[in-house]
Amino acid sequence: MAKIKPRVKVPKSAEVGEVVTIKTLISHPMESGQRKDKKTGEMIPRNIVNTFSVTFNGEPVFEAAVEPAVSANPYFEFQMRVPEAGELAFKWVADDGEVYEISKTIKIA
Amino acid sequence: MTAQVSRRGAMALGLGAGIAATLGGTRIAFASKMDEAIAAFTGGAETKTGLVTVIAPEIAENGNTVPIEIAVDSAMEGDDMVEEVLVLADGNPNPGVATFKFSPLSAEATASTRVRLAQTQNITAIARMKDGSFHTDTRAVKVTIGGCGG
Repeated sequence: MAKIKPRVKVPKSAEVGEVVTIKTLISHPMESGQRKDKKTGEMIPRNIVNTFSVTFNGEPVFEAAVEPAVSANPYFEFQMRVPEAGELAFKWVADDGEVYEISKTIKIA
Repeated sequence: MTAQVSRRGAMALGLGAGIAATLGGTRIAFASKMDEAIAAFTGGAETKTGLVTVIAPEIAENGNTVPIEIAVDSAMEGDDMVEEVLVLADGNPNPGVATFKFSPLSAEATASTRVRLAQTQNITAIARMKDGSFHTDTRAVKVTIGGCGG
C-alpha cells in the first residue's frame, strides 16, 4: 500500500488571540466492515481511522472519535484560537494499528 | 364478477407485503439503536434545542460523501463551554457517526466533516456542555444514491 500522507492546511502565522480555521484531509479507505468482497463473498474486515486528535504545544485542541459512517479520505475542519507561537500536532490512529502524524508550526505575526 | 386474485397477482401482493415488513422492521431496529446511543450519551437527561445547528445539504446526490457541519452557539469560556458533540445518523446500519471533543483552545464549537449516508434519513447532533446540560438539533437529508455496500 502506498504511503498515506496526511494533508493539513494551517496558517503559517497568526496574531495572538486570532481565531484560525484548520482543515485536514488524509487518504484512507475507511473500510466500513459492512461490505462483501464481490469475488469471494467474504466480508471485508473493518479498517477505519478511529481517532483523530490535535494538540497545540501539548495542549488538546480538538479530538474526534470516528465511526465507520465517516467517508473515505476523512476530512475535518475546525476552529482554533492561537494563544502563542507553537507547534500544532495532528494524529490519526487506524484500526490496523497504523498511526499517521504530521505537525505544523504557527508563528506570531 | 368475483374478485379473483390471479396467481401472479397473489405473488406480487405477498412479495410487496414481505418487503414492506422487512423495511418497517429495519427502520424500527435502527430507531431503537439510535435511542440507545442517545441514552448512553445523555444518561437520560433532557435535551434542549436552539443552541446547536446541523448544517447539511437538503438533497445529497451521493451518499458516500455528504458534507456536514455542526455548530454550537457558545462563548467557549468559563462554564459556557461545549465539551463533546455526538453526531448520529438514524438510517445507517450503526447510528454513530463521530464524536467531536472541544477544548478551551477551540475558539468556536464548530466542526465539519464528510459522512456516509445509507439512505434518506435524519442527522442528529447532541452537545454536552460543561454545565451538564444537553442540546440537540436534527436535520433531514434526502439521499439519491446510498453510501453503503458496493
